[in-house]
Amino acid sequence: MSESESGRSRLARALRRPSRSQAVVGVLLALVGFAGVTQIRTNEEDSTYSGLREQDLIDVLNGLAGTTQRTQAEIDRLSQERQDLLSETTQREAALERTRREVDSLNVLAGLVAVTGPGVRVTIAETTGVVKVSSFLDVIQELRSVGAEAIQVNGQVRLVAQTSFEQGTGGIVVDGTLVEPPYVVDAIGDANVLAGAMVFSLGPARTIREEGGELTVEELASIDISTTREREGSEFAEPDP
Amino acid sequence: MIAALGLLVGVALGLFFRPDVPLGVEPYLPIAVVAALDAVFGGLRAYLDGIFDDKVFVVSFVSNVVIAAGIVYLGDRLGVGGQLSTGVIVVLGIRIFSNVAAIRRHLFHA
Repeated sequence: MSESESGRSRLARALRRPSRSQAVVGVLLALVGFAGVTQIRTNEEDSTYSGLREQDLIDVLNGLAGTTQRTQAEIDRLSQERQDLLSETTQREAALERTRREVDSLNVLAGLVAVTGPGVRVTIAETTGVVKVSSFLDVIQELRSVGAEAIQVNGQVRLVAQTSFEQGTGGIVVDGTLVEPPYVVDAIGDANVLAGAMVFSLGPARTIREEGGELTVEELASIDISTTREREGSEFAEPDP
Repeated sequence: MIAALGLLVGVALGLFFRPDVPLGVEPYLPIAVVAALDAVFGGLRAYLDGIFDDKVFVVSFVSNVVIAAGIVYLGDRLGVGGQLSTGVIVVLGIRIFSNVAAIRRHLFHA
């Protein structure tokens, strides 16, 4: 206890009273401080490898080589993964594109969308008689059988697979809508073929003429069929898986 | 008092002049600093024990620095510089710890 007290008091006395030996110690401590600060600063600034030993440099080099190898392997793995993902995406896009095209053509067939394309405009005017439903239907069937992709009548009714025709007063009832003469049938498809299907001998043109009507065909480079139908889900039929 | 001032002056000079360490000395400076620190703590302990002698302090300071740097230099010549400097640092570190423990017992009775 007394010795520790004396240690403390010696320290306090040294702080109060300088002596010759303290000057020597001070010089050496200044040297330590100078060198320490210099070393710390050098250590912080030194980003080059100039101060390293040969063995250290070799170790650094080995470490770098290992890191490079690992990184390269990682790069390879990641680019492989990227390749896989890309090809997967491409496949998905192709499938999506296919499905979209299918949807488009089904929409056209089902009459859900307005369509534009080359085709014919068939005008059936009643001059002396009344055009029968059967003859009118004949015209439609003829157009369909040569590949008309979309058909509308008088800009009012779009014809689809379920379309019905009946005789009405002063015209024909198509899907519940009364269509009055002159009937204008727009059909999109190969204009030449469609026109040919109307006017061949014994064809619909002749039948119409016999009933007292007048059928004219106009080939158009572009027809807009703007009438559409509501989508109707099937009530009873369900697709088999 | 003068000793503490000396330390401050040294730090200030180092910060002020920002000297460049010569390339040949660069591996030995950290070892020398640690050796000098060991000598300083040894001296402080001796002072608290009442057996401090400035001649002994100067000799131990210089010899500590020279021997530490010399061992590492020899290690570098022999190709085991890295390992030897680690060994010297460990030994000096242990000595510094024991010296600081003695100083602590003097100052804080613990």
